[in-house]
Amino acid sequence: MTGLWIVLAAVAVALSFGGYRALTDGRARAVRVDDGSPRLDADQLGEPLGRAATFVQFSATVCAPCRATHKLLAEVTGEQPSVGHVDIDAEHRLDLVERFGITRTPTVLVLDAGGAVRHRIVGAARRDEVVDALAAVAPAA
Amino acid sequence: MSHTATVAVRLVDPRGLRFVASVTAALLIAALLLGPVAGLPVLIVQALAFGAGALAGLSYQPWSWLFRTAVRPRLGAPAELEPAGPPRFAQAVGLAFAVVGVIGALAGWTTLFYAAIGLALVAALLNALFNFCLGCELYLLGKRVLAR
Repeated sequence: MTGLWIVLAAVAVALSFGGYRALTDGRARAVRVDDGSPRLDADQLGEPLGRAATFVQFSATVCAPCRATHKLLAEVTGEQPSVGHVDIDAEHRLDLVERFGITRTPTVLVLDAGGAVRHRIVGAARRDEVVDALAAVAPAA
Repeated sequence: MSHTATVAVRLVDPRGLRFVASVTAALLIAALLLGPVAGLPVLIVQALAFGAGALAGLSYQPWSWLFRTAVRPRLGAPAELEPAGPPRFAQAVGLAFAVVGVIGALAGWTTLFYAAIGLALVAALLNALFNFCLGCELYLLGKRVLAR
């Protein structure tokens, strides 16, 4: 009898957690920016920033949606040369992971021209969310 | 512009991964319903399947083999392939939980058995129903903890 209750509990947990993630994953959340907000520059990134905006993607080798997210961001930035895309292997940059509180992959930080984090996309990024976030950060790009 | 190092990755059919997760979930449900005594052989079979997938690779995972020989010939070609690294990581996590469950069953710690297999079932169901990526959630957290 215990087994049946465990099975039912596991089904309930999986459905609610999976459903919640399906609704919220890949959405761009705006980050409030003020003078004390963390910034990223080319030195810290090891790559130049885009002139108008930069996508900083945190990936891992054991992460399947990281590939899809990389492909999407490569497509979006391919059309807009002023927007950069840096794909970081998170386990090799634990300093940035700690500093920006990255808990899972893929996580994308959308930086403005000055390197301030303006949006944060956790989970496989959605195209419309990426396009909207970019439009908000770099209206002219 | 886009920067990344390109490396060759082994690719797998994502439908095969859902199939493997579904068989796994069915066996874990059977083990839970049968309980720590009658369910132990079922759990050991699943533990061996996890072990093959984690240690030898997905091509040696028996449910994956079943998909390739019995199911895939009836389906068309997959729309897209996925890297084999993430599901292999998930198999290793599954193996860890299955081993804990086996220890619980053998030692008579029924709570341990139910807890470990219940958690493994949540992961298998998420994988089967939502294409959940366990490595995305756990790998980085593990690295952060180890780096402390």
